[in-house]
Amino acid sequence: MTDNRCIYRHRLWVRITHWTNMICMTVLLMSGLQIFNAHPALYWGDASRFDDPLLAIAAFPAWATLPGSQWLAMGRRWHFFFAWLFVANGAAYALLGVLSGHFRRDLVPSLSDLRQIGQSVRHHLRLRFPQGRDARRYNVLQKLAYLGVLCVLCPLIVLAGLAMSPQLDAGYPWLVWIFGGRQSARTIHFVCAFSLLAFVAVHLLMVLVSGVWNNIRSMVTGWYDVGEEHG
Amino acid sequence: MADLNQLGRRRFLGRAAGGLGGVLLGSCGRLSENLEFTELLKSADAVTRFAQRIVAGPAALAREYTDADLSSEFRVNGTTEPSDPDYQRLAQNEFADWRLEVGGLVELRRSFSLVELKELPSRTQITRHDCVEGWSCIGKWKGARLGALLELVRPHPEARYVLFYCADAMNLAGDKYYESIDLDGAYHPQTILAYEMNDRALPVAHGAPLRLRDERQLGYKMAKYIMRIELAADFGHIGDGNGGYWEDQGYEWWAGI
Repeated sequence: MTDNRCIYRHRLWVRITHWTNMICMTVLLMSGLQIFNAHPALYWGDASRFDDPLLAIAAFPAWATLPGSQWLAMGRRWHFFFAWLFVANGAAYALLGVLSGHFRRDLVPSLSDLRQIGQSVRHHLRLRFPQGRDARRYNVLQKLAYLGVLCVLCPLIVLAGLAMSPQLDAGYPWLVWIFGGRQSARTIHFVCAFSLLAFVAVHLLMVLVSGVWNNIRSMVTGWYDVGEEHG
Repeated sequence: MADLNQLGRRRFLGRAAGGLGGVLLGSCGRLSENLEFTELLKSADAVTRFAQRIVAGPAALAREYTDADLSSEFRVNGTTEPSDPDYQRLAQNEFADWRLEVGGLVELRRSFSLVELKELPSRTQITRHDCVEGWSCIGKWKGARLGALLELVRPHPEARYVLFYCADAMNLAGDKYYESIDLDGAYHPQTILAYEMNDRALPVAHGAPLRLRDERQLGYKMAKYIMRIELAADFGHIGDGNGGYWEDQGYEWWAGI
C-alpha cells in the first residue's frame, strides 16, 4: 500500500469524540433501558394515566440493561454520569466542528448535493458506494443523516431528559411545556433513544458493506485508502 | 510487505475492537459492585446539584395545576399501610392521640397535635408528583408550611438539615423510614407538611396523618407517616449515613433529577 493511495480523512479530535460518543451512547442506552424497566410504560401529557398508556411492555431483557439485574439506583448512577460525559463530549465536538470549519466544509450539503438525493438513494439501495476520489467526501445521505443526529436527535434527547427533572421544571417551565408535559418528554426521550439506535444500526451496516477495515482504520488512525493514486 | 503490514494492522484492529467490546460489556456488571467505581459515578451527583442550583435557583416554584388536571388514579408509592401496632392504634382513633415531636437543634422543643398543625399558616397546592420509577400523578395537597413551623421552634444557627422519622417499617428487622432535606428546601414556600389530599383528610395509603411535600424533588424524598422531626447539623447518624432510607439503598440524596 503506497502512502499516496491513502488520504487523511478523520482528524484526531473527530476520532476521539467519535469513540467517546460510542461508549457514552452504549452506556446511556443500556442504563436507560434499566431505568425504563422500573416502570415499563409510556404516557402522553403531564401525568401518567395508568389505564391509558401509549405503550406498556413487560420489561427489556437483562442482557440489554446496565446493570444486568433489576437495579434502578445503579442504572441511574451510570446514566447521569455518562449523560454529563455525553454532553461535554458533544459540546467539544460542536465547538471544534464550527471553529475548524468541519461542519461547513464537510457536513452542510451543497445545492448540487441536494440535487443528487434521488440518485444517492438508488445507489445506497443497491449497496453501491462512491469509490476512489468520490469516497473522500461524505455523500449527501451521509451528510443529512449526520446533521439530523447532530442537530435534531441529540439536542432533543438531552432536552427531553432535562425536562424530566422536577427541579429544572420549576426553574424553566417552558422546558416541560415544549414537550407537552413531563410524561410526553419521557416518551420523546424514549423515541429519540430508539431513533439513535436505528441510526447506529444503519451506520454499522454501511460501515460493514462499504469496506469495513478501511472504514474502521480511518476512524482509528485517520487514514483512509481511496484505492487509487491521487495527486 | 505492504500486504503483510495491512494484515497485521487488520488483525490488531480486530482484536482491539473485540477486546474493547468484551471488556466493556463484561466488566460493566462487575464495575457496578466496585466501590471506587460507583463512587466515581456518584461524583456526577454533586455536579448535577451544583448545575441545577445555578441554572434553576433555590427559590423557583414548581408548576401548579388546576382541579381539572387532578389524576383520577394517584398511585401509592412505598408503604400502603404501616403494620406497626402503635401506628395502628393511632389510626383507629383517627390520629386524635398522635403528636408530632419536633426536636434536635432548636431553641424550643415541642410537639404538635393535628389540630395545632392545622392552625399554622397553611398552603394548598395542586402539583405533579414524580416517582423515581418514572411515572407522574397530579394531586392537591393542603398542609402547614414547614417554614412557619420552623419559625416557631427557632432552629439553632448550626442546624442545616431537617430529618424526618416515620412510622412505616421498611424491612423485617423493623427499620422505619427516614428522610432528610436541607434548610433551603425546608423554608421553600411550597414545602408543606400535608394533612389533606384532594380536599379530604390524608388517606393512610398516602401517609396519614402527615406527609412531606417537597415539590421539586422525586417522590421518595416526601416522607409519609411522619412521627418526629429533628433539626441537625448533618445526617450522618441516621441509617447508614446517606440521609434517607432509599439513599442508603443507593439512590441520590439530591433527588431533583
